[in-house]
Amino acid sequence: MTAPMVRCQRLRKSFGRIEVLRGIDLVIERGQVVCVVGPSGSGKSTLLRCLNHLEEPQAGRVYVDGELIGYDERDGRLRPLPDARLRRQRESIGMVFQRFHLFPHRTALENVMEGLVAVKGVGTAEARKRAGDLLDRVGLADRAHHYPAQLSGGQQQRVAIARSLAMSPKLMLFDEPTSALDPELVGEVLEVMKDLAASGMTMVVVTHEMGFAREVGDHLVFMDDGLIIEQGPPREVLAAPRHERTRAFLSKVL
Amino acid sequence: MDRTVDKRDAAAGPAPDGPDLAQPNRISHPLRPGRWLAAGVTALVLVWLGWTIAVNPNLHWDIVVDYQFDRVILEGLWVTIQLTVASMLIGVVLGVAVALMQTSSSRILRTGAMAYVWFFRGTPLLVQLIFWFNIALIFPEIGLGVPFGGPKLVTWETNTLVTGFVAALLGLSINEGAYMSEIVRAGLRAVDPGQQEAAAALGMSRSKIMRRVVLPQAMRIIVPPTGNQFISMLKTTSLVSVIAGADLLTVAQRLYLTNFEVIALLIVASIWYLVLTTVASVGQHHLERRFSRGFGGTVPGTLRGRIGRNLRFTGSAR
Ligand SMILES: Nc1ncnc2c1ncn2[C@@H]1O[C@H](COP(=O)(O)OP(=O)(O)OP(=O)(O)O)[C@@H](O)[C@H]1O
Ligand SMILES: [Mg+2]
Repeated sequence: MTAPMVRCQRLRKSFGRIEVLRGIDLVIERGQVVCVVGPSGSGKSTLLRCLNHLEEPQAGRVYVDGELIGYDERDGRLRPLPDARLRRQRESIGMVFQRFHLFPHRTALENVMEGLVAVKGVGTAEARKRAGDLLDRVGLADRAHHYPAQLSGGQQQRVAIARSLAMSPKLMLFDEPTSALDPELVGEVLEVMKDLAASGMTMVVVTHEMGFAREVGDHLVFMDDGLIIEQGPPREVLAAPRHERTRAFLSKVL
Repeated sequence: MDRTVDKRDAAAGPAPDGPDLAQPNRISHPLRPGRWLAAGVTALVLVWLGWTIAVNPNLHWDIVVDYQFDRVILEGLWVTIQLTVASMLIGVVLGVAVALMQTSSSRILRTGAMAYVWFFRGTPLLVQLIFWFNIALIFPEIGLGVPFGGPKLVTWETNTLVTGFVAALLGLSINEGAYMSEIVRAGLRAVDPGQQEAAAALGMSRSKIMRRVVLPQAMRIIVPPTGNQFISMLKTTSLVSVIAGADLLTVAQRLYLTNFEVIALLIVASIWYLVLTTVASVGQHHLERRFSRGFGGTVPGTLRGRIGRNLRFTGSAR
């Protein structure tokens, strides 16, 4: 039997005295699209950032594709992974941010090329070709030579998705990818994500777009105060939430 | 005729008694007597200054012309250029290194960086220069070997190693490094931390993140003050005349000590300093444009446009 794509066990994370994740258990199967919802400050971003070890958890384990993230485990003791191996793990996990974080001094094409050239060591000509194909895939072939400042928010986010895809990740993390966008630009980004889901990519999406969760999501996770309160098929959770807090949250966003 | 069409016509075309909106607006600007007066006085002062300088018999313009391209002067000029470029290069490298130390997670590195900046910014450059020039008084010999009094592999006499030029280079570049580190630090801090995260999420190594993502963006903040430092360094090198640095000012002084043409030779030197700083300003402008790529419109217009605006006697009314 193959391992699930993601397995979180008893994950805990605190900043100083505040415990932000208080024991997260989560299993994500290959090809699943998992939507994470919950009120602000409930720890959604922190959970996502623990999955690629941008945050170091205080306790618990994260396995991606069967591999322990961030550590080597021997005789029950954890040692931080050497930098090069952690980088290899991150390489295979794409991440898309709320505020895009494109490299402003590089064009759209160069942004997509960056990981290929600087991480994978692909030659410039080959990288340019692959990056061009990816920009085409997110519908931005004609914007290749624009700098991020010359693109709309929706276009920037699509470039950011292409930049992540360039690393051929096995898992994609999205942290509120449409929250910084004007309403009329949300659709074009969700469309790209929908295509990606259809292609079989495993995705974890923190979002407030319940329509997307219902239509594209395979699994919905509701978080509150550092815990997963409720989870299940999106249609069921959205139609008949079992917990009071889920109900209260959904009544506000729907 | 239909009344609605009539109305539309009245809105677009000339109304019988209203203004003709199809024509450019005619705006009569108010006279500004105060500004004209100030401009007149300024022009007068400039002309008068130029005239007194040109005809003043004490200024010996013929001597100035004689010495402007004198071989000794040109040699001093070359030393000044070398000192400036070399000190700035070393200063920038030191500055980047110290700035990175300051942002390090190791307290020892941070403390070392702080002490360096504290000491070299806190003492006069002139004192530092004289100190380096006289370093042989403290360390008569310099050697390579085991530290803390262990055996030495090779030793040199400090006085043969630290010439006037080397002392000048040491003093200027180490001092510059302290100032540059503050400039670099401000530049690094100005880069959105999200940039490092995005790069780390791609799997980039720390040194590549620095080189390919953070520093290029920090450059936009770092370049303008570094240009100022360079221009300032061109003139600061004249301080090394106190340690026989053989720079432009030193050779000018040497010449006027023999021929007593103090003013003329100071003018010769000043003209060269002006030439150097002017060339450096042009270079700075082009560098700023280069590093503002992708940020759009941070450098106001072209250089020619900027000069043109300053030279135009009466600008457009504002
Ligand atoms: N680097 C940090 N240092 C200190 N506290 C932090 C840090 N990052 C997050 N927190 C705190 O952790 C809590 C959870 O933050 P997190 O960003 O995970 O919430 P979230 O569910 O993503 O919220 P939002 O919907 O507003 O993005 C918040 O109270 C936040 O203030
Ligand atoms: Mg968040």
